[in-house]
Amino acid sequence: MIIGIFLIGTLLISGGLFFNRNTVVNYSFLVIYLALLWSFCIHELGVINSTQLEFFKPDSLGILLLLTIGVVSIPALWHGYRYIATHEENPKSRGLFFTAMVILISACAVAYISNHIAVIWIFTEITTLSASALIYHHRNIRALEGVWKYVFICAISITFIYIGILFLSLSIKQAGIEDLSFDSLYANASTLNPFWLKLSFLFIFTGFTAKLGLIPMYTAGIDAKDKAPAPAGALLASVLMNVGFVGIFRFYAVIARTPLLPWANTIMIVAAVLSVFVATVYMTRIKNIKRMFAYSGIEHMGLVILGLAAGGIGTYAAILHIVLHSFVKPSLFFQFNQIYRVYQSKSIYDVGNYFKYNKAGAIAILLGFISATAMPPSGLFISEFLIFQSLFEAHYIIILLLVLILLTMIIWGFGSNIFKLLFTPPMQIDETQIPRISPWESLSQYLLLGLAVYLAYAPPALFVTLLQDAVKLIP
Amino acid sequence: MSLLYVSIANRLLTYLRILVLQGFILFGVTYLTLTHINTANLIFIMLETIVFKAIAVPYFINHVIKRNGITREAEPYLPNFVSLIIVTLIFVATIILSNSIKDTNLDKTYFVVALSTLFTGLYLIVSRKKIITHVIGYLIIENGVFILSLAVGNEMPVLVNMGIMLDIFASVLILGVFFNKIGDVLKNPDVNLLRNLKD
Repeated sequence: MIIGIFLIGTLLISGGLFFNRNTVVNYSFLVIYLALLWSFCIHELGVINSTQLEFFKPDSLGILLLLTIGVVSIPALWHGYRYIATHEENPKSRGLFFTAMVILISACAVAYISNHIAVIWIFTEITTLSASALIYHHRNIRALEGVWKYVFICAISITFIYIGILFLSLSIKQAGIEDLSFDSLYANASTLNPFWLKLSFLFIFTGFTAKLGLIPMYTAGIDAKDKAPAPAGALLASVLMNVGFVGIFRFYAVIARTPLLPWANTIMIVAAVLSVFVATVYMTRIKNIKRMFAYSGIEHMGLVILGLAAGGIGTYAAILHIVLHSFVKPSLFFQFNQIYRVYQSKSIYDVGNYFKYNKAGAIAILLGFISATAMPPSGLFISEFLIFQSLFEAHYIIILLLVLILLTMIIWGFGSNIFKLLFTPPMQIDETQIPRISPWESLSQYLLLGLAVYLAYAPPALFVTLLQDAVKLIP
Repeated sequence: MSLLYVSIANRLLTYLRILVLQGFILFGVTYLTLTHINTANLIFIMLETIVFKAIAVPYFINHVIKRNGITREAEPYLPNFVSLIIVTLIFVATIILSNSIKDTNLDKTYFVVALSTLFTGLYLIVSRKKIITHVIGYLIIENGVFILSLAVGNEMPVLVNMGIMLDIFASVLILGVFFNKIGDVLKNPDVNLLRNLKD
């Protein structure tokens, strides 16, 4: 019921944003939307584990990610506002930008809590639609290329998921059930036909990697995050990846109840290690700062899937990692927008000495770097450490060593670019052209990074309970 | 059959005719297969196949080709003869694969046709240069998936409806929104021009 109200509210607000040309009215729509989103989150927290509208059931994983999107969407919309204000956009493109943001956030939020594979699929389609509007915001040839690749690869992945669902329906036909909801799949997992289930897992996993950002479909996401405006890129690099994670996690939970588990683990580990490898290759030689952040996301998702496949404490760590990553990565993207305003370039060759031009922002970048590479004060350190522990306990020693070596190289590549940005003087820069950027614009980045540390080192009781319940979804 | 033809076809107009032909074939197959679902749904599905697959989308692509002045050569990377061999191999492989499956729940004909259509579509995408042929390849994949959904359609009409949603979604998204724009921004619709985003 409440979900219906939320969806209708989203539609009304996005319609209002699209057709309204008045600045004040537009921004008040955004505030109303945030209020709606948060009351929706809090309501769902209250009715946890109850089925709503037949297809939705907010379990603890869904609630965790829902609260995450609630937290991330506030700074995302605020930075979106700053972005539009500094670019002097016309009302039409502004309206389209915020409409797409609102629809993207809502589609992700509802996808987290849906309990039916087809419903997740539908909302994944909607995220593709709205994300492509965001990527094409600038309407030049590069943006067109990015959006074309994104749409094409996402369309193919969505078709793959659909084929997977068809195979799944063949698989449940033998078991004599007709209900494709996850609850019924969990309950009847042992009676499913293993052959079709295998095929189905392959296709669904491949399809969702386009959203999650893993081998083989990761390429679309990189161009998308590069070309989308930074506030939208922050959403694509965090909450949208979580949609892919939810899809894979829930289907993996079905597989985990069948004898196919070791086979599925092998596939996931192969995909994950290859993803970390690809991320390493690009991170060590990349010169575009925004794409570097995007590849860092590929690396983290590889680690998450490794943790999930290793099992044990790894599942806990994977969920913790994906939540913390959704706080850390957006803060880097938000800060990137200010870097771009200073240097008017994404290339590492044109930037430098950032401490001189924006102290608060430089510290935010430094802290973001420490967080994203999971050095000890950062929250991701805890989850990464637990993932390594789970790999060790599951006797994947060689994989562990390989991943550690790759991660070291990633830190080197990431670090050399970041320190170039922060400390080395730039080649040529006209200092009179540089705008002064208020330190307050970095506040949200500090808060997000701080939240990631807080949740990892002194987690509130509610957070721990939700995490532990989410782990229990996988037997 | 139409798949073999598509592998050697050279002109874009031929591709379109093949799409139309496949649309009509699907229309017939739908009528013959889905005997157990209610009439309103059947009419809806058949209407969708005939309107979208056989008429609207090919017509629209034709419009795009004319408007943007795309040359009529398909420009494959490989000679036609090799394409023909590869597509034949795909056929043989899927037949062997489907014979190795021992499952009474599935009609093998649908499975073979669907899988070979799917792989041929993928092959078309990787072996042709133009963006518009990529789109056509994608539409062929969709036709294959649609056949697969028909195979389970009698028990679960919901899934067929979902497939139709996918169809409409893709047609609207890929064709409606972007191809017009691609023509505006990009005068020469060769996929090689969309190669600047890399590291």
